[in-house]
Amino acid sequence: MKKKLTTVVFNGTKEQELKLLKVIEKYKDIKGSTMPILQEAQEIYGYLPIEVQRIVSDETGIPLEEIYGIVSFYSQFSLNPKGKYAISVCLGTACYVKGSGEILNKISEILGIPQGGSSADGKYSIEATRCIGACGLAPVLTVNDDVYGRLTKDDVAGILSKYTI
Amino acid sequence: MIRSHILICGGTGCTSSGSLAIKDALALELKAKGLEDEIKIVMTGCFGLCALGPIIIVYPDGTFYSRVTVSDLSEIVEEHLLKGRIVKRLVYNDTVEEVDDGTHVSLNDTVFYKKQKRVALRNCGYINPESIEEYIGMDGYMALGKVLTEMSPAQVIQVMKDSGLRGRGGGGFPTGMKWDFAVKSVSDKKYVVCNADEGDPGAFMDRSILEGDPHAVIEAMAIAGYAIGADEGYIYVRAEYPIAIKRLTIAIAQAREMGLLGEDIFSSGFNFDIQLRFGAGAFVCGEETALLTSIEGNRGEPRPRPPFPAVKGLFGQPTIINNVETYANIPQIILKGASWFASMGTEKSKGTKVFALGGKITHTGLVEIPMGTTLREIVEEIGGGVPNGKKFKAAQTGGPSGGCIPASNIDTPIDYDNLLAIGSMMGSGGLIVLDEDNCMVDIAKFFLEFTVDESCGKCTPCRIGTRRMLEILEKITNGNGTLEDLDKLEELAHHIRATSLCGLGQTSPNPILSTLRYFRDEYIAHVVEKRCPAGVCKNLVSYEVVPENCKGCTACKRACPVNAISGEVKQVHIIDKVKCIKCGVCVTKCKFNAIIRK
Repeated sequence: MKKKLTTVVFNGTKEQELKLLKVIEKYKDIKGSTMPILQEAQEIYGYLPIEVQRIVSDETGIPLEEIYGIVSFYSQFSLNPKGKYAISVCLGTACYVKGSGEILNKISEILGIPQGGSSADGKYSIEATRCIGACGLAPVLTVNDDVYGRLTKDDVAGILSKYTI
Repeated sequence: MIRSHILICGGTGCTSSGSLAIKDALALELKAKGLEDEIKIVMTGCFGLCALGPIIIVYPDGTFYSRVTVSDLSEIVEEHLLKGRIVKRLVYNDTVEEVDDGTHVSLNDTVFYKKQKRVALRNCGYINPESIEEYIGMDGYMALGKVLTEMSPAQVIQVMKDSGLRGRGGGGFPTGMKWDFAVKSVSDKKYVVCNADEGDPGAFMDRSILEGDPHAVIEAMAIAGYAIGADEGYIYVRAEYPIAIKRLTIAIAQAREMGLLGEDIFSSGFNFDIQLRFGAGAFVCGEETALLTSIEGNRGEPRPRPPFPAVKGLFGQPTIINNVETYANIPQIILKGASWFASMGTEKSKGTKVFALGGKITHTGLVEIPMGTTLREIVEEIGGGVPNGKKFKAAQTGGPSGGCIPASNIDTPIDYDNLLAIGSMMGSGGLIVLDEDNCMVDIAKFFLEFTVDESCGKCTPCRIGTRRMLEILEKITNGNGTLEDLDKLEELAHHIRATSLCGLGQTSPNPILSTLRYFRDEYIAHVVEKRCPAGVCKNLVSYEVVPENCKGCTACKRACPVNAISGEVKQVHIIDKVKCIKCGVCVTKCKFNAIIRK
């Protein structure tokens, strides 16, 4: 998965930082806790900009480049903020052979943003995901926590129209 | 008094099609009718027939309702639960006997289930996975009790060896042998790891087991811990599986509370506890050494083997690592004996295997069958065949590391060795059915795109080699390929297979090699005739009007989104190939078969 550094200005709050410090404290004596810390940090901030990585690095003593190496390695970690409506289209094999590639293109076309990108107003982001395990419903897409299955590309506009506010 | 149980599937497939809303609405409906003390709702794991979700089963009679919606519930409650009349229109039609209208056969007698033999999935869809009592009611933790009170570690290993159980995650390494290596590695600290990083796209058996029967995995890990002398276990589970994570968390807490995890289990002096670690979306972490590196908190890059994890694994200590389905078999093997397990399957592949049926098949879902069942039985009988009257072309097994089984090999009995011999592999058990509309070159390209994306970058053959192979495939699907490219592909594939560091790199050429082996004619059609026989590769497709068939009805002209079709009423129409975007709408609109795709 390609990573881009975000252009969105970081606006983390003091409250979020305190939460993060507590998380790091919790894992202080646990072996191999870098991943859990980063996962919880992403839950707090929604993504992992360099500012957050720096806090983790300062507190744990792990060099920043090592933290960045981990963040950029795993596709679950995001360097960019996700849209208010995060749209994910499953490109697992079962979905792909049933046409999820076309669905992804259709969404890109309607919203005018490329795969992996987000709209300028921060409302939508699109990504292709690996198998989410709902192969029985293929092809599948999710918008935040809502799952839509057994789709054709003609269903796309109807689904998107539910997420306009 | 409870007179009836209603089982609702709470697996990912059915919750995605709305089973949680059904549970809530049903609870309200039962309350409104004053039935809440007579009828109990149980949220279970996956029943296997995901294509028909949301599914509910009413016991004791075992009526199987499929594709239930909230608006159907009042009818089910009113008719079935109050008056005892089955709501026929909602019953899954394979369970209705046609001759004697109204009677229904048990789900276990339907084609989908009859040929199955459920060992790893035995509790999935039967018990509430969030209740340790229900697991114990199904003989849960009896195997652990037996091992701790009656058997020596050496005896446990012997049973595992005798059973012939092989790793269900891909490689098929004998589990007993793996454990024995860990026993022979002397150290005062050892680990037991469960690989629940099910990354093979199209496979979801491990997820279903964790969602439907999490205690079976926990129990088996404790047994493994006793056998090799480990007191700590890790389950590395994909973060993309929230329901599995939730149920594992609950199960571990329940087991601790009952003293089935923790110190001095069954007063035997044996200690064992389990921690969860979440993957973060890296396919390579399903490779065992990469998974261990990831648990240690680093980039999940594989390490050279040897040393094998059984000698030097997690945090440098002897470690055994097995996948979810492998563990799910183990309590049964201990309770019923090695010879029971070894009586199922083929000579070198014992027991059963779970397959995730997906793609162009009627019954998508999970099936568990004895090893040695033929692909034909799986696809045509259990899976209900290819829908829409299309022709079976191939089955893809083993995901990005596997290959395609063509129709000519459909009678091959499926086991580890037979699949390897025909150029595919078992992998974790994803089985994707392809029909005549799927282009094999496109499928190979799809898997290569996946591998290129997921290559960790540590070794050159995989990082650069797979990219070169993908470029060649793109060249071919764009219509610029040459016959030399096919030779180049094969040569590259053999080098990558021989020189990559880990299993993922070594197996990454398989999708290309197996499609080249069985569908070379399709590659040649792309290269020589610049034609995609299945009509998938857009750059090679063109649409033409057959003048004899065209009536000049203008239906295609009106439907074309880019005005690429011209022609007067009752005159033969013409498609402008430059303007045409190859969307295919015209074909679907033409009633006279006057437009063909070339």
